[in-house]
Amino acid sequence: MNTEIKSQLRAIVGDRWMMDSPHDLYTYSYDATPLYQAMPDAVVMPSSVEEVAAVLKVANQYRIPIVSRGSGTNLCGGTVPTEGGIVLVTNRLGRLHEIDQENLTATFGPGLITADLHKAVEAVGLFYPPDPGSMRISTMGGNVAECAGGMRGLKYGVTKDYIMGIEAVLPGGEVVRFGGKNAKDVAGYDVTKLLVGSEGTLAVVTEITAKLLPLPPAKQTMVAYYQSLSDAARSVQRIIASKIIPATMEFLDQATMEVVEDFARIGLPLDMKAMLIIEQDGTDLQVEQDIARMADICRGEGATEVRLAQTVEEGAKLMAARRAALSALARVKPTTILEDATVPRAHLAEMVEQVDVIARKYNLQICTFGHAGDGNLHPTCLTDERDLEEIHRVEQAFEEIFHAAIKLGGTITGEHGVGMAKAGFLDLKVGPSGIELMKRIKEAFDPHGIMNPGKMFAKSDRRRVVVKTHACTHEHNHA
Amino acid sequence: MPAHTNTTMPNPNLIQLLDNFDREEILNCMQCGFCLPACPTYRQTGKESASPRGRIALMKGVVDGQLNVDAEFEDNMYLCLGCRACETACPAGVPYGSLLETARDVVERNKKDIGEHSFLRDLLFEEIFPNPDRIDRLGTMLWASQTLGLQKLANKMGLINLLPRPMREMQSAVDQVASPWQRMKRESVIHPEPDASQNLRVGMFKGCIMDVMFFETNQATARVLTKAGCEVVFVEEQACCGALHAHSGEQNGAKELAKRNIEAFEAAGVDLIVNNAGGCGAALKEYHHWFHDDPQWQERAMKFVAKCRDANELAAELFSALEFRGELPGVRITYQDSCHLAHGQGVRAQPRQLLRSIPGVEYVEMMEADRCCGSAGIYNITNFDMSMEVLDEKMENVKSTSAHLVVTSNPGCLLQMRKGIQRAGCEGQMEAVHIMDLLDRVL
Repeated sequence: MNTEIKSQLRAIVGDRWMMDSPHDLYTYSYDATPLYQAMPDAVVMPSSVEEVAAVLKVANQYRIPIVSRGSGTNLCGGTVPTEGGIVLVTNRLGRLHEIDQENLTATFGPGLITADLHKAVEAVGLFYPPDPGSMRISTMGGNVAECAGGMRGLKYGVTKDYIMGIEAVLPGGEVVRFGGKNAKDVAGYDVTKLLVGSEGTLAVVTEITAKLLPLPPAKQTMVAYYQSLSDAARSVQRIIASKIIPATMEFLDQATMEVVEDFARIGLPLDMKAMLIIEQDGTDLQVEQDIARMADICRGEGATEVRLAQTVEEGAKLMAARRAALSALARVKPTTILEDATVPRAHLAEMVEQVDVIARKYNLQICTFGHAGDGNLHPTCLTDERDLEEIHRVEQAFEEIFHAAIKLGGTITGEHGVGMAKAGFLDLKVGPSGIELMKRIKEAFDPHGIMNPGKMFAKSDRRRVVVKTHACTHEHNHA
Repeated sequence: MPAHTNTTMPNPNLIQLLDNFDREEILNCMQCGFCLPACPTYRQTGKESASPRGRIALMKGVVDGQLNVDAEFEDNMYLCLGCRACETACPAGVPYGSLLETARDVVERNKKDIGEHSFLRDLLFEEIFPNPDRIDRLGTMLWASQTLGLQKLANKMGLINLLPRPMREMQSAVDQVASPWQRMKRESVIHPEPDASQNLRVGMFKGCIMDVMFFETNQATARVLTKAGCEVVFVEEQACCGALHAHSGEQNGAKELAKRNIEAFEAAGVDLIVNNAGGCGAALKEYHHWFHDDPQWQERAMKFVAKCRDANELAAELFSALEFRGELPGVRITYQDSCHLAHGQGVRAQPRQLLRSIPGVEYVEMMEADRCCGSAGIYNITNFDMSMEVLDEKMENVKSTSAHLVVTSNPGCLLQMRKGIQRAGCEGQMEAVHIMDLLDRVL
């Protein structure tokens, strides 16, 4: 990128908010996905939709790649600037503009931290349900870009179920608005929903209007331990079949329980094959009834022990076991590759068993936990990025895991997105015609292909889970 | 792609220096970003390079030969307050504090190797901090200037403007220090009250600057402990804890000081070693890590570390022996955590327990009490502007407690909170006080 372009960018956002020193660039060469890294040419932090539009115009004119990002907590390599160009950081567009208590909506900038939105709406008795694991730092813009999920997906759905309106800037610099506060709105194609989960490949979102619910007054937590995976899976199915939808129904396998217990010492029984953590919210009476019935079902399906939290603190402690899972796994080995295979929940046990078989076949340590209620599993491989031979086996194992998920009617990613990590597998899910259609949509938005290039659509035929990248970085550095 | 970095090293010894980094610990950072909201400098700037994840990435870049140890690396490492709130937030348990110390050590060694010297640094780290006598003399000069009204005169005549701005700004928060005679008169052993039930012999870790600027707080701490039944010994041969050295990339200097302290307290034959400065305490409790490559000293350090306690910890442990003789009716109190006490040593509950037990007080918990106040050792001198930005944000939370007393457990935080109270225009309504001084008043 030449100095003329850089000075144009500087003129738009101001000296302080346009960075191109080696160290600043380096810190925008990665996100939370292990093993991916590539250097941008410039980093800009605009503070208004006008600045975003002006930056995009420059990028479009000179055909410079644009990667928009918030806190960089995503897990699919979606915000790594693989083709260099401009990283556009939305942190300065993080204002909560309005909580509309009559229409039950909130309107805010994309840089708003998810947990801050939760806090603000809950303070007035309202509720924004999507709660991705990274919510304490992830931005709402990032949640929208990846259509983030979370632990409450089963009962309340995911990000796309709450986004009512979007203001976005197209690559040419045009500002568009779709949707809004109307609960019913069928004026044209649903571009709002199309932009949710578009992973920064179509436009830069600059304002979001989200739907809110009344905050449920009560909440209770229970935990059930099992001697067999299928008992746990059957409990999940029976609960739903009994017309109870819990707010959260989380699953940990034995390998994960062992690791969590090893670090957190919270008294998990290590001779068990699986555990479920179930939470229900609603009115006092409803919560009490549902929890009692779910406890009965779990016992009936072979749970060896069912415990109900007697207090809010105890409930929080039980949930902590689930939240501790990834943290505990991260302490075991230097590289933690967290995957996102998802199946219809009826096939939960089958999928977990297959992951186990595949892990043994490739001689890898894979722990599985995840959202049992919605079939969204996180098989997590504990490895070491310096052991290239093992990394190769990790790739092969994950490829088999994705095939297994698809065979069971599942998908290659439930909530993390395609990004770079799954680009080679997208056709497994949507087929060649599906890919073709998606590419045509992309072209309509972004004729010059500057929006987050290299993401979602694979460049090569080779399917790779943990593509590379030291090589890539070195290439960049020595070119 | 254009070349952004080159791999030429400014210094051939650098390769060796980089071995100081624990690559394993750097790799353990999984880049999840959970540290970002905990980081005060990230919160102020929104820039990844001002975050713990960013700084660790930069260290990795240096270790991998993709980035240079240059002025930009130095600035990024020194913008960090070293508050270690990120360690509390980190799911993977990355020891950020020690990585940062190594990074700064690499910066400083590299500068020395290429012949860059800083007069001020040499003065502080080689001439002043290691020499208690010199600190004592400086203390006497400070007392004299305060007593003779020179400070006021200097303020009035504008002479004060000769000082660098950060020092000029911070001196307004410094109280009258103890006189040389007061300091000389101190007894080296203070015996417990005769009816005391404990029989612990406790070595008082005086701290270097602490013992001059906050002499009375040290005395108060000793009195609190004797009231709890301890025999308190002021060990003469002790030195500065070495924290400021370690945090500023002077690891060798830090180790020398640690050795002097280990020897001094071994010779004193004490059961416990107590300090009242969160920053010093965290360093004292990490001595064994400093000697990871020296088994003999490491073993002696481990014994030393096992005896170290923060004054809050020990007072809470001996709580049943404490009897409140005074009360503070209607006084509203809030507590500002010392970063190195809370995040570094995990001591959070004890000071709160002690404060809540004072008869008559109303304790209010401050929002984000464990967020750094911006003092951070000598950070408020070296990075004054950022320090004040962090402080001003902190003061919003302090003000909303409407507390009469803001209690701290570290001299740096105490000065900073006084400065904050001035900046927020709350003088007269609000006062900052060290917890040991407060307990001394009511025990």
